[in-house]
Amino acid sequence: MTNIAAFQPYQFSANEISKRVRSGDLKIRDLSEFYLTRTQQLASRLNSHIYHHIQPIELQIQALEKRLLDREHLPMAGVPVLIKDNICTHDMPTTCASKMLENFRPTYDAYVVERLRRAGAIIFGKTNLDEFAMGSSSENSSFGPTLNPWDLTRVPGGSSGGSAAAVAADLAPVALGSDTGGSIRQPASFCGVYGLKPTYGAVSRYGLVSYASSLDQIGSFARDVVDIALVHEVIAGHDPRDSTSRKNMASSIHNDLLNAKPDLKGLRIGLVRELFSSGLEETIDSAIKVAAKILQSLGAEIYDVSIPSLKYSVSSYYLIATAEASANLARYDGIRYGHRTKEQVTSLKELYKKSRQEGFGQEVKQRIMLGTFALSSGYYDAYYGKASQARRLISSEFNKALEEVDILLSPVAPTTAFKLGEKTSDPLTMYLGDICTLGVNLAGLPALSVPCGWDKNNLPIGMQLIGRPLSEKQLLTTAKAYEYVVGSSLKRQPAL
Amino acid sequence: MQFEPVIGLEVHCQLATNSKLFCGCATTFGADANHQVCEVCLGMPGTLPVLNKAAVDFAIKLALAVGGKVSEYSVFARKQYFYPDLPKGYQITQFDQPYCEGGTVQVDQETKVELIRIHIEEDAGKNIHAREASHIDYNRAGMPLAEIVSKPVIRSAAEAAAYLRSLRSLVRHIGISDGNLEEGSFRCDANVSIKPLGSPVLGTRCEIKNLNSFRNVERAINFEIERQRDLITNGSKVVQQTLLFDADSGRTAPMRSKEESHDYRYFPEPDLPLLHITQARIDRIKAELPELPLAMATRFAAQYGLPEQDAQLLTQDKDVAAYFERSVLACGGSVASKIVANWVIGEVVPAAGQNNWDMRQPVIDHSSLADLLKLLGVGTISSKIAKSVFEEMIKTGDKPEHIVNRLGLVQVSDESAIAEIVEQVINGNPDQVAQYLAGKDKVLGFFVGQIMRVSKGKMNPGLVNSILIKKLDERRDGK
Repeated sequence: MTNIAAFQPYQFSANEISKRVRSGDLKIRDLSEFYLTRTQQLASRLNSHIYHHIQPIELQIQALEKRLLDREHLPMAGVPVLIKDNICTHDMPTTCASKMLENFRPTYDAYVVERLRRAGAIIFGKTNLDEFAMGSSSENSSFGPTLNPWDLTRVPGGSSGGSAAAVAADLAPVALGSDTGGSIRQPASFCGVYGLKPTYGAVSRYGLVSYASSLDQIGSFARDVVDIALVHEVIAGHDPRDSTSRKNMASSIHNDLLNAKPDLKGLRIGLVRELFSSGLEETIDSAIKVAAKILQSLGAEIYDVSIPSLKYSVSSYYLIATAEASANLARYDGIRYGHRTKEQVTSLKELYKKSRQEGFGQEVKQRIMLGTFALSSGYYDAYYGKASQARRLISSEFNKALEEVDILLSPVAPTTAFKLGEKTSDPLTMYLGDICTLGVNLAGLPALSVPCGWDKNNLPIGMQLIGRPLSEKQLLTTAKAYEYVVGSSLKRQPAL
Repeated sequence: MQFEPVIGLEVHCQLATNSKLFCGCATTFGADANHQVCEVCLGMPGTLPVLNKAAVDFAIKLALAVGGKVSEYSVFARKQYFYPDLPKGYQITQFDQPYCEGGTVQVDQETKVELIRIHIEEDAGKNIHAREASHIDYNRAGMPLAEIVSKPVIRSAAEAAAYLRSLRSLVRHIGISDGNLEEGSFRCDANVSIKPLGSPVLGTRCEIKNLNSFRNVERAINFEIERQRDLITNGSKVVQQTLLFDADSGRTAPMRSKEESHDYRYFPEPDLPLLHITQARIDRIKAELPELPLAMATRFAAQYGLPEQDAQLLTQDKDVAAYFERSVLACGGSVASKIVANWVIGEVVPAAGQNNWDMRQPVIDHSSLADLLKLLGVGTISSKIAKSVFEEMIKTGDKPEHIVNRLGLVQVSDESAIAEIVEQVINGNPDQVAQYLAGKDKVLGFFVGQIMRVSKGKMNPGLVNSILIKKLDERRDGK
């Protein structure tokens, strides 16, 4: 029996917890107690959580204890999972870190939440984010910014900063985020954890509050690459309620991964030339080159690959994403749910204007306006139309590159975690920081952020592995082999 | 100056599927407000649309019935505007790539109206304005619609109404819509402009909304044509605008002028893949397509020897047409098809309208009607009696034979019995006899009326006529 008094943070992976809970070696109640206490101590310091209450957890534990006795198949038995607060949960509010949805409680569980619960996971709370997932630092939250556990004066990245920070601080072994232009990979890199953005359509978006529908994808954070596989296996799959969800998903990834040999013989890896250019911090550049050497030592062949159209990715992304957002956020009008102005209004139009003015933050308004403009009659062809063209070009160049090599390798971000407030006054610099991640969303490809070193400030550095559609298993196998050489990131712990 | 109107119609036809276009909610008419809603059709955060396959099948059926070209790939788009009855802030519709282009609606043997396109879209909810507050019923939000857009080729209000009747008859015939104007499952907007007779240049058009009956379509278009003619003859200009028709005053008036200059900011719906319609699917639906109204009318005229007008009246509603055919069959050749047609058109359909019968299961079913008409055919009852028996059947649900026997309505064809009554009436009315003998043939009617009254209508009218004339002529000959 695991002695809970001796239970240490960072001790077990989700995979290990689940195994011990199933075998009866670890009591769900003891485990929850541990994580509850730890959350109470640290969540407010990091501001990683928007919602954390014992009551819905208690209800889940009771149900789970019964299912354990019934010997149900529970691949994530007792594993506490944190959910980014733009993914719907019927027993907890879903705010999108917006005043607009401050008191909003969905009537249903998102598909992924449903799947996690069925697998025996405990939904442990909701994490902070940039409002409606719009941002790269988790500073655009109506609940205040989340802090980076490695340096509390720095941002955790975004928009899924709450999930990344919480996993880095072991407030849960795994968490879900969403990635529209890098919102899982970049915070994973800033916080020194793994972050997987699956293939577009691999995980149902049903219940993910839409930001940019053609780019949004739910994925996971973990400190152990096998845990990423475990969660992916649980949440991926066809969902008839999402018409963009794909069929024929690979299964049994995590078991294969546990037994995988660290052998990358014949694997062709391409370094994306355009993403190692100017603006990239020196230490990041060298950390990734070292990582490439390590992969080579495992049998991989390293190539130089060019995707010239990546230079259009920032402008293409910020036109398409904002255009879709301008429509997706039109439903928040104060009529049916969400924030409605308390001021006296004399017309419907005024009700709309006041409610939206008060309910949305600055960045959200900015993006709605950008997108509205991009779709306006007379401008459509020049903006949305051109951006879609560029997107097709980027996509075809990515696919071509992925015919030449199996995996593409690049930095996740040109910098490590920056200081709070450092970029808030200059949105363009903030947008340019997304250069390494945006193309993947535009092309709908899977990509994994892998911790691969430290800069001079002791901040984590991440590398990005990009694969062909539905090649998540290959990405994870590659990361697992790399982890075998450099040692598990589980062993690194921020001092909190 | 002589003007001619140019009219194009946009019809929103609700597809009669069991569930809504993008969710599983029921589509029953008249449910309690907001009782046929779910998180999807309410546009709750995180929800996604899933296209109803049956609605697409219905839409394909419609496209095939009008001979439109079904696109292998078409695109759903978001049409954006703010209104409380629109839960997502956009309507999912089709814009530059609809699923069907072209097609024609045959109005009668000579007239047809060409279509520009048909597309699939979702309906909005309904605002209900009370004195103190406005309420919204989202039951209608997400209902499947086919929007049928005609070319501006209609030349009069009457032609517009005829086109709508044919189109409604068509959609009901092929079973894709109730085509019910009162319940809003068949709605029409009209684009009206006028131009100098023979001019190739179109005038400025106005769109009239809120036309909820065929009669109002005609009234509104006629009013609008007059309004535009007055404007132009007075030297003013027609301003392009959206108008609402007010049925009470019979006038059109501009809608909220600001809200019509919408920029809808259409763009492809990212939550739905391209709509792919395979040839196999088209073939399957083509095979299911029933005989269309006009083809059926042609067949009825030929097969049953009916006048064209009867054939058209009978085929406007497929249930009426089926009822007619079943009735003819049940009569087994003992009653002329024309008689059956007269009865269906003149008695059954009006009775169905008055009593709200479902023509698939009318109170007087085809075999009861046939029983009645057979009694008429063999001369057991006269056609006048047959009508009262028909009424009695509706009232009591009794079989025609029973009614005839119970009320003693069997037609008297016994010549001596008839002759006796005729003799009585002649003897009782010497003045009229004198008039007849003086050459006034009209008094024959008087005698027939008297004889029928005395016999309670049971005398065989043919025999009454011949015996009456024979008896009267005997008087002339001085017998």
